[in-house]
Amino acid sequence: MIISNCRRIVGGTGEGKTLVTKQPINFLAMVNAKSGTITDPLHELHDKSLKGSVLILPYAIGSSVGAYAIYSLKEYGNAPSAVVCSKVDITTASGCALAEIPVVDLPDGTPISILKQGLKARVEADARRIVVEFS
Amino acid sequence: MELARDEEKALDGRYDEALASAYRILVAIGEATDAQKLVPVKWAHISGVNYNTIGDGGMRFLEKFSTTAKVAVKTTINPMGYDRSKPEDISPSFQERQENIASSYERMGATASFTCTPYEVFDLPQKGTAVSFAESNAAVFSNSLLGLKTNKESALSALASSVTGKTPLSDLRLEEARNPKISIETDFDFRTELDYGLLGYFAGKSVKDSCVALNSISRLDTIQAKALCAAIGTSGSCGMFTFGGKSKEKILFGKKEAQSVMDELSTADDADIITLGSPQLGMNELGLLAKLTEFKKFTKRCIVFCSRAIYNDAIKIGLASKIEKSGADFRCDSCTCLTPYVTKDKYDAVITNSVKGAYYLSKSNKVKVALKDIKTIAEEYTQ
Repeated sequence: MIISNCRRIVGGTGEGKTLVTKQPINFLAMVNAKSGTITDPLHELHDKSLKGSVLILPYAIGSSVGAYAIYSLKEYGNAPSAVVCSKVDITTASGCALAEIPVVDLPDGTPISILKQGLKARVEADARRIVVEFS
Repeated sequence: MELARDEEKALDGRYDEALASAYRILVAIGEATDAQKLVPVKWAHISGVNYNTIGDGGMRFLEKFSTTAKVAVKTTINPMGYDRSKPEDISPSFQERQENIASSYERMGATASFTCTPYEVFDLPQKGTAVSFAESNAAVFSNSLLGLKTNKESALSALASSVTGKTPLSDLRLEEARNPKISIETDFDFRTELDYGLLGYFAGKSVKDSCVALNSISRLDTIQAKALCAAIGTSGSCGMFTFGGKSKEKILFGKKEAQSVMDELSTADDADIITLGSPQLGMNELGLLAKLTEFKKFTKRCIVFCSRAIYNDAIKIGLASKIEKSGADFRCDSCTCLTPYVTKDKYDAVITNSVKGAYYLSKSNKVKVALKDIKTIAEEYTQ
């Protein structure tokens, strides 16, 4: 499956297994950069590692400092390979820009549920598309 | 987004790498928010000062960034982790790292304000002025009550605006986004500042737009306004509210909804420590606290967080000593959020009146929280 006409937010290409959530993420409060995992027991990705994933989320919420948490994930080698949002926010855009993690937005009206968990995917931000391979 | 020639050059790294990374950040945000161009800002307020928020990764980044980056506009900064005059049992390694971060910001030319309420500490620019405020309570307060224009910036976008003097022209910087599409209705009378905090948390969580209308509120005192703005900024992406509006879609915030926010955030009935100040307390709140605790003593430890500037003013008029007589203990330059003064090892739970504080105490400090309004706290915990 190819999802084209995505919006390019941060350029580049990244690939990995899809890690999908319908719940927004508060990067400051819910993510441990050193372990690369989601630490909030109430979040559906609790204990899941972001490392090397294609992280698919609606958008980030909460503290403005979340941008540093994204940068720190990269510093510790635990960053996602690429990020896909349904509506990207300033925290995700700025954190990923500094960390040089490719980011795209899904085209308007495309639900997150179109992307399934654990599939191999490649985000080609400059070509404005996501290539998802069914296994 | 279109860039001017000198902006393109800066982005390409022709001046220096720090400035190039600042422009990379602005361009990504510009793309994210469909901006056509960059516009000047007059004032940047940066978050990401407390070591507990940005960690070693952030510290190392700022150390490098600040060797060449310099502020291009007035720049103020958020609270850090601790009060240098009262280090208590905060580890030398925390203090060392915290000082490293503080000196990076000072090297850039930022004012060492260590406040999350710049709107109470500094002279305010004219209505309509473009600023870049990363502290979310300050962004919501400034957009909604002061007529300033800022997006709900990230720590990095405000940093980028500080060193470039620019921001993408988008979202709440344009009139269209400042007209709310959804309004929150209430069907019960608010009694305390805590009710406004619960409303704010509910509104931020329920509305994905940048601006929300709050019907059935027509005016706010400073204490209510700060509780509301901080809570809106905590739970979602909303950066502004209006008093009422012509929005078609309505969402009810009734007693049931208020209770459900309480159930989420208030996880204890009682605790061994009280923290007041997220946002840091201003003169109004200190005045109220002094009144509520006059001739009384706190029965539990109580920490009052405020900015150094407000504390110094409070000393001058004898307000600080009145509060200290009640046994409450000031901590300047720092705040409840991610404070190293409150750790899981020392405390199981904390009493606070701040919805924002409750959120971070629970999610980041991993302690339980008893949410109570300031009058109840004074009644229950002083004698």
